[in-house]
Amino acid sequence: MGPDFRVLVRKSRKQAEQYHRLYKEPIPVTQLVRETAAVMQEFTQSGGVRPFGVSLLVAGYDDNGPQLYQVDPSGSYFSWKASAMGKNVSNAKTFLEKRYTDDMELDDAVHTAILTLKEGVLTPAEIDDYLAEVE
Amino acid sequence: MMQIFEYNGSALVAMVGKNCFAIASDRRLGVQLQTIATDFQRISKIHDRVFLGLSGLATDAQTLYHRLVFRHKLYQLREERDMKPETFANLVSALLYEKRFGPYFCQPVIAGLGDEDKPFICTMDSIGAKELAKDFVVAGTASESLYGACESMFKEDMEPEELFETVSQALLSSVDRDCLSGWGGHVYVV
Repeated sequence: MGPDFRVLVRKSRKQAEQYHRLYKEPIPVTQLVRETAAVMQEFTQSGGVRPFGVSLLVAGYDDNGPQLYQVDPSGSYFSWKASAMGKNVSNAKTFLEKRYTDDMELDDAVHTAILTLKEGVLTPAEIDDYLAEVE
Repeated sequence: MMQIFEYNGSALVAMVGKNCFAIASDRRLGVQLQTIATDFQRISKIHDRVFLGLSGLATDAQTLYHRLVFRHKLYQLREERDMKPETFANLVSALLYEKRFGPYFCQPVIAGLGDEDKPFICTMDSIGAKELAKDFVVAGTASESLYGACESMFKEDMEPEELFETVSQALLSSVDRDCLSGWGGHVYVV
């Protein structure tokens, strides 16, 4: 749900900035995910509120290299090398399992991502557009 | 006439060497003109590669030290790593500024080894204004003498043994000119 997502983005941005203000360092991905997940968990336990109707994919780059996390409405988070969410998620994940390799180049990764989306969600026109941008 | 920064008396100095640093302090704890301890620890280890010295009012120094150790331990638990010295300095600065209108009467000196063993030193005033230096930093009641002594004795890229000698001589000659600090020194070379 769009509005739920916007609330989380605002909170995450503020948390990242607070971290930076304290330590003058960009926030490590794990810390941001942890804090955002804590917010989502709070809303499953406090009175008078409902859980967020969104799952997040948080991708970032820090001293430990590139990282990807999925955060669910319950507040639990998982680390992934490649993941998908939403429509056709099982097909997409199967496709990624076949196509993903650890030593992919950035362009290959982008290409694979677009191909994954092609399976279910994008129209042929959109696919051509995206592919043209990558090549 | 009580000057709050001169109530207990202190002298602190930190110096940069070749892939190493030295941080030194005097050992006197006084209550104005009376000496009450001659083995007071002003420098504490935060972790193996970051040391903190706190000059000024001893009670504030001790409280601030405990608060910082607390924050660092939590950081270590959450991030599963030690704090870099620059990060630690920023944390100290932020904590001090939180008390802008009722400050801790301390002047911290932070010394550490960053990435690739690059030495880092800095000092700040009691409300968190950082002063980074490439050669040496001083703090305490003997700071004016210390500035002079360090300026004349400092050389670039000293090895640990020579750095130890330089820091010790600078500290001892400066505290000898200051009645509120002295009674020997603690020197840490990393």
